[in-house]
Amino acid sequence: MKSLIRIGAGSAWWGDRIEPARLNAERGDLDYLCFETMAEATISAAQVRARRDPTFPGYDTYLDDRMRAVLPACLKRGTRIISNQGWINPRGAAERIVHWLRECGAPKGMKVAAVDGSLITERVLELTDKILENGKLTSTLTESLVSAEVYQGAEPIVAALQQGAHIVVSGRVADPSIFMAPMMYEFDWDTLDHTRLGPGNGIGHLLECGAQVTGGYFADPGFKDVPEPWNLAFPIAEVSPDGSAVITKVAGSGGAVNLQTVKEQMLYEVHDPANYLTPDVVVDFTTARLEQIGPDRVRVTNLGGKPRTPTLKVSIGCIEGFIGEDMFFYAGPGALRRAQLAKKILEERFKIVGLQAEEYRVDFLGLNAIHGAMTPATAPEPYEIAVRVAARTRTREEAFKIGREVDGMAVSGVGMTGKRVPHQDRTREIIGVWSSLVPREKIVPSLTFYET
Amino acid sequence: MKVMLQHVAHARSGDKGNTSNISVIAYAEALYPILRDQLTAERFKAHYAGVVKGPVDRYEVAGLWALNFVAQDALGGGVSRSLCLDNYGKSLSARVLAFELEVPEALRGALRGMN
Repeated sequence: MKSLIRIGAGSAWWGDRIEPARLNAERGDLDYLCFETMAEATISAAQVRARRDPTFPGYDTYLDDRMRAVLPACLKRGTRIISNQGWINPRGAAERIVHWLRECGAPKGMKVAAVDGSLITERVLELTDKILENGKLTSTLTESLVSAEVYQGAEPIVAALQQGAHIVVSGRVADPSIFMAPMMYEFDWDTLDHTRLGPGNGIGHLLECGAQVTGGYFADPGFKDVPEPWNLAFPIAEVSPDGSAVITKVAGSGGAVNLQTVKEQMLYEVHDPANYLTPDVVVDFTTARLEQIGPDRVRVTNLGGKPRTPTLKVSIGCIEGFIGEDMFFYAGPGALRRAQLAKKILEERFKIVGLQAEEYRVDFLGLNAIHGAMTPATAPEPYEIAVRVAARTRTREEAFKIGREVDGMAVSGVGMTGKRVPHQDRTREIIGVWSSLVPREKIVPSLTFYET
Repeated sequence: MKVMLQHVAHARSGDKGNTSNISVIAYAEALYPILRDQLTAERFKAHYAGVVKGPVDRYEVAGLWALNFVAQDALGGGVSRSLCLDNYGKSLSARVLAFELEVPEALRGALRGMN
């Protein structure tokens, strides 16, 4: 058994930068490079797109860019790759990766595994009962349902590694599990050993958001300063067989790994820190001990684990209508008073054109568009204001009224109104996501292997 | 003395559906009890009035000098349904930086950004 493995992050979401992945592949001396590329609505959005666009392959649209960036160095170093870039087509992604492996001169017989079994759209209504968010029956979603997927754990990835996969590509797998799978495989952790899986999953959680633990989503000048924030690296964990780890990054990169960046990421998207639910284990972050042992090196020990729950989380994506939005601008002395008149005009216009909206809002960007009703009454008047209008509607036709009324503000509105060129992206479809639980024994993952 | 929380602690927000979690982490161990004693769940909710519409739970993580607030019905119906420009609520954590805390003069040296 190895006494230490080096696991690096290659992405934290679909739109993440490519170059830090290349940096980790080339200079991270990694045993494993892991990619997380999904948000809550990614699978459902991919299903909708696949229905409308037969040419959409159903996997990460940046798959080619990411693989081209990292494969040459990964092949040279022998770095294995774990990735959830398969979205709704893990087998298609695996075949594409084989293509890039060949292009990069990979030896014959190198295995790429696709992990399936997460998508349960056809069975979700029979497998689930209540919606977690509102307690209603999932059957109330019958009409609007687009897609449903289970958050799988690390087990199928571990199985693929045991069967010789050099690269494993999956659909939905819980984000920390992607990073923990190599630990389970290399250190031979039992799937029910919560004393190991707790720490391992906790380390996975520190890596899953990429630069958010190396100085990204962190800098606040004068309070939390970050060196070279334009040159951030993605994190690397040096993991020991007991699940303790050192979080670090490639030397010479920008950013920082310190107690503060690690603490912020440790609690990111966590509810009860003593009970962080994942498919593999329940993590306890409250016992963690953190120690700065060198520049950009934080040792994380004593994370806790509790037995996994009998259920897996299901995400259910539903088509729920449309959002229409647009904006126009004021500046200089009196910007606010003109914006206020513009708002009044819009409110009256919406009555005249009979806007059927479930909700609409008119914000003054620069004053109250982000914090909304929390904006202090004493906030100073800004020099510039964008009036931003958004509405949620049942139909695209209704949503389009927002843009059309903003068009009207150009020549029929207020003095000194700045405007954008009318554009076509002023309406978008809402894919709402609901959650439920499914008994874990109902979900059977499957592996498909491809070779160079 | 009264100071804004930004001198005492840093914060980060995360999203899950229509729930936002906001961690508030003291810059020094000695500052943690000030947060724990003064930034109650009730005061937190009042500080976020108008945006956080559901219940707020507070978790103490003394080992990290941190409080974790979990605010339900805080993201305008959920990330994909929200009409807010910042639909993930990534900037919500900034609001708590303006919360006023009473800090003993003796701890002035532990505060951030006071110069």
